[in-house]
Amino acid sequence: MTTAEIAFEHVSKTFGRDDGSYAVRDLSFSVGRGELVAILGKTGCGKSTTFNLVAGLIEPSAGKVTVQGRDPFRDFAWFRGKIGIVFQNDRLMPWRSAIENVALGLELNHAPLAERMEIAGKWLDRLGLSAHAQDYPHALSGGMRQRVSIARAFAVKPDILLCDEPFSALDEVTANGLRAQFLDLVRETGATGIFITHSINEALQLGRRILVFHRPAAIAYEASFDKATSESQRNDIRSAILRALATEQAA
Amino acid sequence: MTEAAPRQAGRPHGGAVAPRSRIKFEGVAALAGLAVVWQIVSYFVPPFLFPSIPAITLRLIAIFTAWDTIYDALVTSGRILAGLAGAFVLGSVLAVLMGRSERLARYVHPLLNFNQGIPALSWVVIAIIWFRGIEFRIFFIMVMTTLPAFSFQILDSYRAMSKDLFEMTLSFRPSRYNLLRTLVWPSVLPGILTAWKVNLGNASRVVVVAELVGATGGVGYELLQQQQLFDMAGAVAWTLVLVFFVLIVQWIITAIENSVLRYRPAAERSL
Repeated sequence: MTTAEIAFEHVSKTFGRDDGSYAVRDLSFSVGRGELVAILGKTGCGKSTTFNLVAGLIEPSAGKVTVQGRDPFRDFAWFRGKIGIVFQNDRLMPWRSAIENVALGLELNHAPLAERMEIAGKWLDRLGLSAHAQDYPHALSGGMRQRVSIARAFAVKPDILLCDEPFSALDEVTANGLRAQFLDLVRETGATGIFITHSINEALQLGRRILVFHRPAAIAYEASFDKATSESQRNDIRSAILRALATEQAA
Repeated sequence: MTEAAPRQAGRPHGGAVAPRSRIKFEGVAALAGLAVVWQIVSYFVPPFLFPSIPAITLRLIAIFTAWDTIYDALVTSGRILAGLAGAFVLGSVLAVLMGRSERLARYVHPLLNFNQGIPALSWVVIAIIWFRGIEFRIFFIMVMTTLPAFSFQILDSYRAMSKDLFEMTLSFRPSRYNLLRTLVWPSVLPGILTAWKVNLGNASRVVVVAELVGATGGVGYELLQQQQLFDMAGAVAWTLVLVFFVLIVQWIITAIENSVLRYRPAAERSL
């Protein structure tokens, strides 16, 4: 049993007045150190709310969220440099070149200029973008911009990596290449990861554990697997996920 | 790794945007055309109505070669810049306060709207009644007439700041100062530069009115002298002095804009 790096204990989240409309309801799960968990669910099931709760960007209405044993919302500044996030869209600052965007987290972490440029340069090189280091975002393609945003998240050497459907806006060929590259990087850095997606195939490709959410965010199905899991077992998992999603629809 | 960067993005093509050199040429040609028309009219109309271009040019040369007239031009330029700077500082403070407090905005917004409805000449009269010092009067008039535009423009830029970028930056847990430096300032800078360009024209018009009524020096005062002497060449020459000043400052702002906003695709930058 691994140590829980991320833990949700009976977490609920409502927005606005407490009228009973939950985005997350009584959600409990944990993620062990170095584990990559895929959270799967349909649009509007509260995946992104869960993501923001882990990131400490919002506070739970009830229950307890802990990351490395601390409250990510209340101990917000303590997590500086410990959490890296890859968003659905690249969210690059248009006034910064590619290398300056990658260096943003390091800069906010007070790394010296030479050091942050060296680290950012290495990450761009790692992601095959060294020739575009000085380019501004408008001069880069969608795939390149998302690679810059991945480099930005990894550049701070995060203990926790959060990804919110980072490949959903890309074409399938670009997304496939980037997914494989991303998985290599996660394994290489040993970061604990939560990967939010609405694609079953992507969840099976990236995660070692899959949590299927129904609406409002609560676990409808959970599956663990590894490299040894056979293709037929994976198909069974795929069918079970589909059933879990369909059950919710019927409900 | 194989996809190509859209290097052509933002570049003028397909005749959508004319080259900058051509636009400059067309601008100069338009002004030269106006001068030619003026000169032709001057052959048929008395000089106290339409003085010739050479007569106006001679008056301009006279203005720029005598120290006391150069001083008048500089005084007016200084008043415009001081008034704009004052309105910018006050407007920025109000915009930030309104951006941070919706409740405060609900009180201040109607006051600024009310202010926008007050004619510049009313502020001139009020300033003359309220204050003694000429320079403070003019500064007050300039600030009161250009304040709303600065406040609204900066507030709009602040409110239009990308929520996605805000969330992304916040995820790195920046200090308040670093958030301001890395996100807020670059986000509102284009709006600030636009506000300066818009207000510059307004300020040059208002300063003339203020000087016309309540000053003993400056372009407005000189225009009043030309009116009393019925000297049209002098009036046009002094008007051109003010126009030159506005064009020079606008050129400087545009140069700053093109430098600090160089990240934008070429077609989105100022001409």
